Amino acid sequence: MNTATAPNYELIQQDGLETSLLEISMGPHHPSTHGVFRMDVKLDGETVVDLKPVFGYLHRNHEKLAENMSYLSSMPFTDRLDYFNSMANNWAYALAAEKLIEVEVPERAEYLRVVMAELTRLVNHVSLIGFFLNDLGALGTPLLYAFREREKILDLFEQASGARMMCNYFRFGGLRNDVPVGWIGRAREVVDRFPVFLDEYEQLLCENEIILSRTQGVGNLSRELAINAGITGPMLRASGVNYDLRKVDQYGIYDRFKFRVPYGEAGDCYDRFMVRMLEMRESVEILKQALEGIPEGPVMGNAPRVFKPNPAEVYGRIEGPKGELGFYLIADGTPKPYRYRVRPPSLINLTVLRDMCLGGKIADTVIILGSIDIVLGEVDR
Amino acid sequence: MSILGGGVFKGMVVTLRNFVGSYFYKDRLTTNDYSWRPNDKLPQRAGDYPKEEGEQLRDTTTVTNYSRNFPMLLHDGGEPMDTVRCVACQICERECPPQCIYIEKSTEKKENASGKPQFYPATFDIDVSVCMSCQICVEVCPFDAIVMNSQFELSTPNRFGGLLLRRDDLLKSNDYYHRIHPEEAAARDQRIADEKAAKQAKKMAAAEAAKNKAEEKARAEAEANKDTADAEKDAE
Amino acid sequence: MSHIVSHEPILMKFPGTNWDEEAGALVVPTAQAVAIATWLRDNDAFSLDYCSNVTGVDYLEREIKEKITNKEGKMETVARTEPSRMDVVYHLYSMQKQTGPLVFKQRTNREQPEVESLTPVWRSCELQEREVFDLFGVNFKGHPDQRRILMWDEFEGHPMRKDYTEPFDYEWEPTPHDEILEKHQRGKVIV
Repeated sequence: MNTATAPNYELIQQDGLETSLLEISMGPHHPSTHGVFRMDVKLDGETVVDLKPVFGYLHRNHEKLAENMSYLSSMPFTDRLDYFNSMANNWAYALAAEKLIEVEVPERAEYLRVVMAELTRLVNHVSLIGFFLNDLGALGTPLLYAFREREKILDLFEQASGARMMCNYFRFGGLRNDVPVGWIGRAREVVDRFPVFLDEYEQLLCENEIILSRTQGVGNLSRELAINAGITGPMLRASGVNYDLRKVDQYGIYDRFKFRVPYGEAGDCYDRFMVRMLEMRESVEILKQALEGIPEGPVMGNAPRVFKPNPAEVYGRIEGPKGELGFYLIADGTPKPYRYRVRPPSLINLTVLRDMCLGGKIADTVIILGSIDIVLGEVDR
Repeated sequence: MSILGGGVFKGMVVTLRNFVGSYFYKDRLTTNDYSWRPNDKLPQRAGDYPKEEGEQLRDTTTVTNYSRNFPMLLHDGGEPMDTVRCVACQICERECPPQCIYIEKSTEKKENASGKPQFYPATFDIDVSVCMSCQICVEVCPFDAIVMNSQFELSTPNRFGGLLLRRDDLLKSNDYYHRIHPEEAAARDQRIADEKAAKQAKKMAAAEAAKNKAEEKARAEAEANKDTADAEKDAE
Repeated sequence: MSHIVSHEPILMKFPGTNWDEEAGALVVPTAQAVAIATWLRDNDAFSLDYCSNVTGVDYLEREIKEKITNKEGKMETVARTEPSRMDVVYHLYSMQKQTGPLVFKQRTNREQPEVESLTPVWRSCELQEREVFDLFGVNFKGHPDQRRILMWDEFEGHPMRKDYTEPFDYEWEPTPHDEILEKHQRGKVIV
């Protein structure tokens, strides 16, 4: 059975009491909805009977804008898709566009790309756990501890590319500029201190009875539904499917690094939370290996000055921190793309929001939404 | 821990450790420390912003030698419009993704810093409320005329014109650029010098080659003249 | 590396399909789309259980000039008109076998675009087909919940089409000034 059906729900009946369903719009301005996202929830007491997500409040028509601009000019707009992970978005677009032309990316650029992508993954997972705990009611303590580490990594991004979040650093054929002198030493310092921080974070959170009782068994997602609904990323792996694009597609130079892929069993919120914690440790492993092996050399390959690919269609995808981020480009021989499409992981992961929330309490809805890890910039583009 | 509440207790130990540690170790603090900024340096009224060239409130906890914010036009010292590098080729206007640059070319040429007559921008407006600091204008400029500034304190009480920076607001000297982005400015100057040297070397090599060719030709002609002169002499 | 799926068996089993060499895609007639998709998902050799991306592409009527060698062996430029059409493109992968992608296209016309919805086969098409309906205007037969997703419900028009023109009054500002104030004072004109 592929489409989920709402469970047959009976309203609470009690003698003498007239009950009806309460319809709430957990509206676009809401501290727990991770952006301008609205859910029309029908409640019977505190139990969720129906849920309809509504989005489009941040729709900026990125796809149509890209049809009027050259390929390079839409690179800064890809930063703003999933605004926490700008480096990863840049890489996905650069990967897709590099399939259209024949260009070889130099070794140093490949290593630096992996370093930037894994640092982005650390930033994303640590911020997500912070926000998730905010939704649970921890009022900011884990969030600010996470942001303390995130600041160090954002300082590294600023030194490499000039801006903390909207980096615009990747180009077709390599990177925009080389990292400054001493950057690799500073990056190594940050990466060496990260496991210490992770140990402290785990001690703070992972045995906490409140978290265990509120997240275990909540928001179960079965394996078959996850595959059929096109869920990707840590959410898929928490449901027990071993599918990580870094191991399947082996884009870039990921085949040279030794790392494991954590995956869970039950597919509930606790598994998603723990998968992200474990993925951070694996990212630190990759970073250590990459920072050891960076060779000297140029960071930009021989890309043509004017980017005018031959007519072709290409789909390039990477394992972004939230899931599979893909770009579908149709080139028609002019300097502007004919069709530019972003495959947003956050939007597709929201397909099963209703299935997971039905029958639970409204407080659980907030937690489930927090564990799906959406960013509205990507959902709406 | 098997006691109920043991996990919560362990977490509280971490919080306590962070709390006590923040008094002794700076890196346990979760906020920026602004104590470097003495109060009398802050502008008190809207017009108080320092206007001299190169003078800006350097908030050193957030602005570094690498950060970029809005663009600026470079000139090589002295009177700005005499040594401005921009020739109003309008490439940055075309490539700018949010289309925030507006350029009007001048109608006559003027001598620039190296003595060559060039066009110059009569109008060069950047709307900083639209500009997203993506740095693409810097990348595509063939004359190294536009680079990124790191000044971010640009708020103004004038809603309808205050966020439009005109050409004269944007012109800053190369010395200022060296002060705010030393590494990048040094690398850029080095690259310009290398390109100039390479061009010079090529010109010299071409001149050498031309000179050699001319000498060869002259020698061949002299030979031919000598031969004909000898032949005439013999004929006589 | 993800292994590319071979499309020969599909062409043999379903004679109505054909392979578009230029795009590297399988073009499927609308009537058989659900049957082919279900077969692709359930068949053991393919087990394409993951539909990654659903998108629409709009092609206006255009003239294509091609250089071919004619009968005498000389190069000449031949112009042909490619009719207008709208495509719905699906990228299919297999998580079980870790293969892919197989590109699957449904073609329809631009005046009354209508295709079969593949949501009963792969649940991931649900929100993406709604987006194609919203932005291109393609009607998906059999979709459980077809309504606008990114634009608001009362919006008219389909923005991603190539011949879409923006309405005149999109620049509504609460405190208009300069040119915009003049336009407002002259009265809103919707073209």
